[in-house]
Amino acid sequence: MQALGLDVLFKGKNFLRLLGGLGVALKISLISVALSIPLGILLGILMTRRNRVLRAILRLYLEALRIMPQMVLLFLVFFGTTRALGWDLDGETASVIVFTLWGTAEMSDLVRGALISIPKHQYESAEALGLSKAQMHLYIILPQAIRRLVPLSINLITRMIKTTSLVLMIGVVEVIKVAQQIIEANRMVSPNGAFGMYLTVFLLYFIACFPISLLAGKLEKSFRE
Amino acid sequence: MNAAVLQEYLPLYGKAALLTIRLGILGVLLSILTGLFCAAVQYLKIPLLKTIVRVYIELSRNTPLLIQLFFIYYGLPKIGIRTDPAVCGVAGLTFLGGSYMAEAFRSGLESIPPIQEESALSLGMTRIQAAVHVILPQALSVSVPAFVANVIFLLKETSVFSAVSLMDLMFTAKDLIGLYYDTTEALFLLVVFYLLMLLPVSILGSIIEKKVRYAGFGT
Amino acid sequence: MEHDKEVDVMEKNTVLSLRGLVKQFDNVTILDGIDLDIRQGEVAVIIGPSGCGKSTLLRCINALEPVQGGEILLEGEPVVSGGKNLPRIRQKIGMVFQSYDLFPHLTVMDNITLSPRKVQKRSREDAEREARELLGRVGLSDKEKSYPRELSGGQKQRVAIVRMLIMHPEILLFDEVTAALDPEMVREVLDVMLDLAAQGRTMLIVTHEMNFARAVADRVIFMDEGHIVEEGAPDDLFDHPQTERARSFLNMFTFESVRAAKQPV
Repeated sequence: MQALGLDVLFKGKNFLRLLGGLGVALKISLISVALSIPLGILLGILMTRRNRVLRAILRLYLEALRIMPQMVLLFLVFFGTTRALGWDLDGETASVIVFTLWGTAEMSDLVRGALISIPKHQYESAEALGLSKAQMHLYIILPQAIRRLVPLSINLITRMIKTTSLVLMIGVVEVIKVAQQIIEANRMVSPNGAFGMYLTVFLLYFIACFPISLLAGKLEKSFRE
Repeated sequence: MNAAVLQEYLPLYGKAALLTIRLGILGVLLSILTGLFCAAVQYLKIPLLKTIVRVYIELSRNTPLLIQLFFIYYGLPKIGIRTDPAVCGVAGLTFLGGSYMAEAFRSGLESIPPIQEESALSLGMTRIQAAVHVILPQALSVSVPAFVANVIFLLKETSVFSAVSLMDLMFTAKDLIGLYYDTTEALFLLVVFYLLMLLPVSILGSIIEKKVRYAGFGT
Repeated sequence: MEHDKEVDVMEKNTVLSLRGLVKQFDNVTILDGIDLDIRQGEVAVIIGPSGCGKSTLLRCINALEPVQGGEILLEGEPVVSGGKNLPRIRQKIGMVFQSYDLFPHLTVMDNITLSPRKVQKRSREDAEREARELLGRVGLSDKEKSYPRELSGGQKQRVAIVRMLIMHPEILLFDEVTAALDPEMVREVLDVMLDLAAQGRTMLIVTHEMNFARAVADRVIFMDEGHIVEEGAPDDLFDHPQTERARSFLNMFTFESVRAAKQPV
C-alpha cells in the first residue's frame, strides 16, 4: 500500500477532500448541462426553420464552438473578458459560461438531427388522420424525437463531466487540484503518493461516467429495436 | 492590438503549433492502429483478449485525457515507468484515441448485414477472403464519418498537453499572458493558430465524407 | 434383381442426400429428421407455411447453419459446418437468397467475377468473358458497369443468379428469391429459373409462388413444423393432396370458399 502511495488516500480527511473536489467538477458540469439542454432544444428547433439567415447564424455559432478546443474557449472567456470587458470572472463562473455555450451548440445539433430524422410519411399520416399542427407535434413527432434524443443527451452529460477536468487549467480547485495538494502535503512521508492519488482520481472519473454511459448505451439499444 | 507584439510572438506560436501537429499526427496514427487491433479482436470474438479490449475501451472512454496524462506523467514514474513529456503526450492521446477509433471501426463492421458474409461464403470464399474483399471495404467506408470526427476530436484534445509541460499553443499563450499581460494578442494568435490547424482538417474531412457518400455503395 | 438395379441407378445419380437432418435453435427444433434425395437434373420445389423450416433447410445444406443431427452428402461428400473442405464444396452449391445480397461496393461485373478470380484463380479475361455471356442470357448485357444500387430488384436477383452460375455449381438452391420483389419483377426472375430448369440443371427451390412451383417442378415437397409431410408430382400434390395439413395450406391460396359464400346481389 505504502509503496504505491495509497496510504495517503485514507489519511485524515483526504478521501473526503478528494470527493469534494470531484463534487466541484460535477457541480459545474451539471449546471452547464441543465442550462444547455433547454437552450439547445430551442436552438435546435430554430435550426429546422426555413429562415435562411437564422439558420446561417445558428450554423456559424455551432461550427465556431465546435472547431475550437474547449481549452481555448476557456482561455478566451477567462482571460479575454477581463481584458475586453473589465470583468473579473472567477474560474467556476467562466467554466459554466463556456460549457453552457458549448453544450448548447452540441445539444442544438442533436435536436436538429433528431427532428430531421423523423420520416416525412409520419407528418403525412398525421395530417391524413386530421390532426392539427400542434397535435401532430405533440402526439406524433415529439415523442419519437425525444426517444431518439434521450440517449444522446445522456451521452452529452458524460462528455461534459470529462470536459470539466479542464477547469484545473484556469485555477479552479477541483479533484485533480485537490489530488495535487494532497500529494504535495505528503511529499515527505509518502513520496509515491502521485501514483495512488492520480489512479484514484482516474477511477473516480470512471465511476462517475461509466454508469451514465451504460445507461445511454442501453437506451440507445432499446431505441433501435 | 499591437502589430509589433504580434510579429514578435509569431515565431513562438509557429514553433508551438509544429509541436502540436507532430505529436497530434503521431497520436492519431497510433490510435488508428490501436483501434483496428481492438476492432479486429472484437469482430473475431477472441476470448480473453475480447474482455481486455472491452475493459480498456470503457476505461478510456469514461475518463478525461487530462487525468490520463497526469497518471502517465506523474503517477507511472513511481512504479518505475518514466516518460518524457512528448512520449507521454503521444501515449495519452493513443490511450484515448484507440478506443474512439475502435468504436468507429466496430460500428462499421456491425453495420454490414450478415447476408454479405454468407453470400461470399456460399460462393466458396474463405472467411478471410470474405473479410478482405467483401466486409472490410464496406465497413471502412461506413466508418469514415466517425473516423473523421475522431481525428478532429483528437487534434483538439492535444490542447491539454501543456498540463505535462509540453510547450504547445496553450502553454505559449498562458506563458505570454502571465509574463507580459499582452492578453489580446496572445489570445488572438491562439485562436488563429488553432483555426489554421483545424479548419483544413475539418474541410478535408467533409469533402472525404461527401465523396464516400456519393461515390458510395449504399443500396 | 430388378429392384436392386433400380436402386443402384438412383444412388449413382443422386447429387444431394440428406439423412435424418436435425436443426435446433435454443432447444427449439426447426428441422426434425429430414430425409431427402435430389437426383441429377431434378427440379424439386419446397412449399410450406412460414416458419416450417424450409429456408433453414437450404441454409443447412450450404453449412451456413450448424446442424445438431443427421448428415448432408453432396455427391457422397459430407457437408459439415466448420469443415476444412467447405470453401471447395460450397463452390458446387450455388445459392441465391431472398434479400438482395449483391456486394454494394462492387460493379455488376466485379460482383460476378470476384469469386471465380479469387476462389478459382481464373484469369480476369476468362471470368469476364463468361460473365458477359451469362449476363447476355439473362438480358443484362448493358448493366455490367452498374452498381447494385442502380438496379431494380428483379435485375439484382438476375445478377445474383449469374454470380452463382459462373462458379459452375452442381446444384442450385433458391431461397424465396422473388419474395421481396415487386409483382411486375417477379416474372423476369422466374423466367430465368424456368430457363435453367429447361437446361436440365439440378435445382432445389423454396417459393411461395404456387403457379410457378407447379410449372417448374418435377417434384413438390410440402413441409410443416420441421417435417416433410407430403411429396409428389406437382399435379398430384396440388390437385389431390393426401394430408389434411397440405390441403389446408393449399386452400389459403384460393378464394373458392369466399366466392361460394358470397350471395348473388
